[in-house]
Amino acid sequence: MTQQEALFKYLLRWGDNALILSHRLSEWCSYAPFIEEDLALTNFALDMIGRAQALLKYAGEVEGKGNTEDLLAYRRSERQYYNNLLMEQPNGDFGVTMVRQLFISAFEKDLFTELQNSRDTTLAAIAAKTLKEVRYHLEHAANWVIRLGNGTDESHERVQKAVNDLWMFTGELFEMDEVDRQLLSDGIAVDISRMQERWTGYINDVLQVATLQKPQDEFMQTGSRNGIHTEHLGHLLSEMQYLQRAYPDAQW
Amino acid sequence: MVTTTAYDREQILDLLSAIADPEIPVVTIQEIGMLRDVVVSDQGVEVILTPTYTGCPAMGIIEADIKATLETHGIAPVSVKMIYDPAWSTDWMSDGAKEKMRRYGIAPPAHSSCGDIAAAERQVACPRCGSQNTETISRFGATACKALYRCLDCKEPFEYFKCH
Repeated sequence: MTQQEALFKYLLRWGDNALILSHRLSEWCSYAPFIEEDLALTNFALDMIGRAQALLKYAGEVEGKGNTEDLLAYRRSERQYYNNLLMEQPNGDFGVTMVRQLFISAFEKDLFTELQNSRDTTLAAIAAKTLKEVRYHLEHAANWVIRLGNGTDESHERVQKAVNDLWMFTGELFEMDEVDRQLLSDGIAVDISRMQERWTGYINDVLQVATLQKPQDEFMQTGSRNGIHTEHLGHLLSEMQYLQRAYPDAQW
Repeated sequence: MVTTTAYDREQILDLLSAIADPEIPVVTIQEIGMLRDVVVSDQGVEVILTPTYTGCPAMGIIEADIKATLETHGIAPVSVKMIYDPAWSTDWMSDGAKEKMRRYGIAPPAHSSCGDIAAAERQVACPRCGSQNTETISRFGATACKALYRCLDCKEPFEYFKCH
């Protein structure tokens, strides 16, 4: 793998994470429990679509085959997507969405804090920008998980179930492959495997305040580094890409 | 058609500094810190912008406004380039812009350090009566850059431009 190919894949990974989670969050639009929360979730989705745009645009430039951010978003099939499996998991109830967000934002806060020092200046600048937004996402999600955990018996039970169900997708966040290793030695990528301990510590603290139990690390589902996804991504893409697939190059 | 060389960098920056932010029309893109530079070359004019928030939908409108403004002066071709480094910060907003924003009814970002969200939001003065006795309704508002507040003295709800 050349450095250029590795960087392209690395950028797709973070761009796809932002794009897929953004789409998931946008599904809440007009369905959130109340208006302020509707605004919050769609604000998150907006932050992420902006991040996806910046990363995929840069990925297209690095690839050098004339792919724009739109072509990368709308013309790839699921096997060509590299987002983490956690991003594509369905919204479920509000508790599921908040637990998913907590797990992801806690990871992204550390990721983008470190990527700010990447030797790739474009990636570093996008990371610095993103970090400011991720801080808001994390605080919001953590506050909700704590509130739901300490709420009624039903909210406690539901949010605990969300933690249990999503836990098996968290191990993959810290998985590294050839792409990471190659870019790590150039100072472009960061060592994400090293971030897992801090993440677990932080999540443990939040769950404790929320009176929730941390599940045991048992089976961890992985696959996204190779483009292997859960059944949900295909359905998500079929909706997200419909217009550009049915009417290629449509503009409005 | 007048060629691009009829205007120099400063003159083009002057023309562009009149363009208003589509979301907060009392301040210009220059005052808010988005307009970074202009490069004039044989190939035309390149305008360099920094986005405020990554997903800000106003960026598309601003790009169109820039092209339209320069076109009326016969300046072409114009390209707009987005740069992320250094990342935009509310610290780049001029004091004059902050005051205009306050008079428009939006509490301007007060603190320069944004590391701690809670600290930055603790004291947001009401843009109407100046009272510090305010509370957060929602950290997220009608645009990515604003939060919703309420004044407990004059009872008016208002928007706060988040420290970023």
